[in-house]
Amino acid sequence: MVRRLLAYALLALLGALTCGCAQPPTLVVWHSYRGQEEKALASLARQYEAEHGMRVELLALPFDAYTAKLTAAVPHAHGPDLFIDAHERLGIYRREGVVAAVGDALPEQDVRSYDEGAVLALTQDGQRWGVPLSTKCLALYVDDDFVKSVPPLEDVPALRASLPADVYPLAYEAENPYYHAAILSAFGGRLLGADGAYGFVGPAAERSVALVARFIAERTIPADASGALVKQLFASGRAALVIDGPWLAADLPAGLRYHVQPLPTLRDGGRPMRPPLTVEAVMLSPTGAARPEARALARWLGGEASAITRATEAHQVVANVAAWRDPRVAGDPLLAAFHAQQASADAMPTSTRMRAVWVPAQEALRTVLRGQDARAALEEGQRRFEDALKPPPPAPSPAPLAVAVGLLALLGAFAAVRRARSAELRTALRASMPAYRYVAHAAVVVLVLVVLPLAAGAVTSLFAGTRSDPRYVGLGNYVAILTARGGPLLGHGSFYVTLLVTVLWTVCNVTLHLAFGVVLGVALSRPAMKLKALYRVLLVLPWAVPSYVTALAWKGMFHRQFGAVNAVLGMLGVPPVSFFSHFATAFAANVATNVWLGFPFMMVVTLGALTSISKEVLEAAEVDGATRWQRFWGVTVPLLRPTLLPAVVLGSVWTFNMFNVVFLVSGGEPDGSTDILVSEAYRWAFTRDAQYGYAAAYAVLIFLILATASRVGSRLQASEPALERAVLTPEAAPPEPA
Amino acid sequence: MRRLESVASHAVVSAGVLFALYPLLWVVSVALSPGAMAGHARALPWPESPSFDSFGVVLGLRDGHLGLFARQVGNSLVVSLATAAVAVVIATPAAYALARFAFVGKSWGLRALLATQMFPAVASAVPLYLLLEALHLLDSRSGLVLVYASTAVPFAIFQMRGAFEAVPVDLEEAAMVDGATRLGAFLRVSLPAVRPALAVTALFAFMAAWNEFILAATLLSREGAFTLPVVLQRYVGEHDTAWGPFAAGAIVVSVPVMALFYVAQRQLVAGLTAGGVKG
Repeated sequence: MVRRLLAYALLALLGALTCGCAQPPTLVVWHSYRGQEEKALASLARQYEAEHGMRVELLALPFDAYTAKLTAAVPHAHGPDLFIDAHERLGIYRREGVVAAVGDALPEQDVRSYDEGAVLALTQDGQRWGVPLSTKCLALYVDDDFVKSVPPLEDVPALRASLPADVYPLAYEAENPYYHAAILSAFGGRLLGADGAYGFVGPAAERSVALVARFIAERTIPADASGALVKQLFASGRAALVIDGPWLAADLPAGLRYHVQPLPTLRDGGRPMRPPLTVEAVMLSPTGAARPEARALARWLGGEASAITRATEAHQVVANVAAWRDPRVAGDPLLAAFHAQQASADAMPTSTRMRAVWVPAQEALRTVLRGQDARAALEEGQRRFEDALKPPPPAPSPAPLAVAVGLLALLGAFAAVRRARSAELRTALRASMPAYRYVAHAAVVVLVLVVLPLAAGAVTSLFAGTRSDPRYVGLGNYVAILTARGGPLLGHGSFYVTLLVTVLWTVCNVTLHLAFGVVLGVALSRPAMKLKALYRVLLVLPWAVPSYVTALAWKGMFHRQFGAVNAVLGMLGVPPVSFFSHFATAFAANVATNVWLGFPFMMVVTLGALTSISKEVLEAAEVDGATRWQRFWGVTVPLLRPTLLPAVVLGSVWTFNMFNVVFLVSGGEPDGSTDILVSEAYRWAFTRDAQYGYAAAYAVLIFLILATASRVGSRLQASEPALERAVLTPEAAPPEPA
Repeated sequence: MRRLESVASHAVVSAGVLFALYPLLWVVSVALSPGAMAGHARALPWPESPSFDSFGVVLGLRDGHLGLFARQVGNSLVVSLATAAVAVVIATPAAYALARFAFVGKSWGLRALLATQMFPAVASAVPLYLLLEALHLLDSRSGLVLVYASTAVPFAIFQMRGAFEAVPVDLEEAAMVDGATRLGAFLRVSLPAVRPALAVTALFAFMAAWNEFILAATLLSREGAFTLPVVLQRYVGEHDTAWGPFAAGAIVVSVPVMALFYVAQRQLVAGLTAGGVKG
């Protein structure tokens, strides 16, 4: 019977394999397009399939996860043949071996059919690394009902005189350095200098942020505007001018009278605002570059026919020059305006150092715009940039470690041999044989799937640098973490501050979990309680919903403009709170979310424990004249303790490492101050230049802290008299701690 | 006095229910009102001009991707069921041995197992990726099951060990006096006695796999291999979030787990306390 089943399974497998062979050759394309751009790309893929007899498989990935996914998959030949991305990622992609030169996908005779600047942005070391598709940059949207002629930037506040009271003269994402870069350029500054030095510091940067801070103080522009708010303001006629990219146009209502033109100049000095320019290109992975059909598809995607489709259907500012001769493309005023702006835009640097600029620059900008001293904040940003890119410590000799490991192994072997010689052990081992038959397979599984990966992870903590270029540094990562990277021990983002926040986070959550869980459990288990089953189902619901879904839902509820929490506060007459700009409110938002997620667990454990408390004990206490309150604290609580204690221990470990909530709700805001140790480790691994070794060192430290805490905890627990255990009925007695 | 107390506890429980339900109702109302987030803030979770458009988008009715969505639901189901089965099958005998036998290396093994629970997963994600690559299991459901088993098995061992410890030894001894073997006693006496704990352990493993998102997003790169949480991820972007489809998808993902919870809720209380969280 079993054999027959196996045979069928094999047959089915073979069938599946042969089916796979008969299909036409497949090209895999990754992209992060959405909406119209995604639709246009899909229709192009169908067209190419029909014309060339290939299969083109598109995969849309979320923008935030795109780079991480490519750098993880491509070096293991597990990624796409082609992918669409911005030219500024070339530095990372070349370092990680994600991208290969395009070769005959962009031959010499094709070069002149593309914008010169676009090709230039994709050219490095004498080779071309992508076929340009389109360019993206910021420009000025002008509401024609309010503004007749656009003044220089400094005179924008003067527009207020001719505007209705609730209309902002200007709106844009002021706290986003991508937008601020355009203003910075008008003062002669750049985010990253040509020599790779951090540029958002010094006189030009100070003057640029001073201007914006004044705009906010005078209410010329809205404070902490998100992309969604800017869109809403312009669409509803409450902003006269808006700085944004071509993506905004897709969401504007049909009746709105507006046009797009290049960004204004600065009256003082007469320099124009030059926005950062991104060239989107189709790039080839090393596997794709080796396939002629992949190169052919890349060339076709950049070509004239595809460009016209992309320009007309998805409003892309296409890089193919020939497409601009088509009247449908040339006659589109929006495209023409962005095309004009592109002429005075600066291509984004491709250096890998650019990636390390964004976070410190954004934190600095935000700090200044919220009223702090400009020079100090900008210099702090520079310090953090340099700190994140600090070269790893010099490699010590691996000899001491090798000697230590060797000695330990020798000692272990010696002890093992000595023990193995003893007759006792041999008898004990023989007696253990039956038990081993039950645990062997589980031991193997745990060893391979749990212990080995963790050990490998722990070993990486001895290395620094990125995955493609690891360097042995011994305990250098630990030294750097424990000395707060040479900064003040209680300074921003230091290990000790984060640890303090983590402990506070754990204590607040577990206390509230316990309070909510026990109170609700006790209330629910009263014998007279009606609708008990219904209540229980409703109260357990938060547990049943995926935690990342609820974390994001809570983040939405704490949103300053659209969030339900502010709407409730508004009904009570409280002005809206911007939750993620202060430590206390951001921390509270995280705790509220996590308490919501975790209290059902404690409630269920309490309910279970209460069912095993014998009624006689409670009745006896009542007969003895104990009050309700005395009975609760004197009898119920001590009886609950043995069951709740392990749940609290486990809950503490979970909360200590609760990554989802912190990362998704506050995301560390403001300024990384609500980050806990795990999310800090994650940041080092995935946002600060992929320093896996450093992240692994954090993970090992977290492990050591938890292991020490639980050892101390179990010692304390063991030293207490086991009185309450004696009272319990035998079934409910907890097992001895291992 | 009793009346007052009854009113008070109903008030407490109702407040708890309100706290538990409010965010969920909010998700439902966003799912039913397209464009809700673009408008103004509303305190009452009540849909404006309700429509099922967002559900249509999620299910792929709009662009004819219903087949793809069905396959993704299938992926989630297969992976989660397999994870639950693997976890229970592997963990149960081991947990029984840990509860009943004394053997060399037991306390050491238990301590090591507990220690692995304290190690944050961020450190083992990259090694696991390499392991799956070596086994040619990236982008496959079996690979995902293996990865999920790595967290489900240790937890299931603790859970089931506690449950077996709560079964009186006398029952097994009586069966063995009557001629049953050790294995027979395990299969016919202890195993039936821990059924609630088995159900709860399987439910937890199923839920963990059904809801997991970070590893799935890292390991899978073919749309046909995606599980539901990865599908949902595409609606939440840094620059614009399609809240309607996201909320609708969240409901689609949550309903099966809620149904399971409802079916298993009686077991939940019994199973968790019988063994449960006692480490």
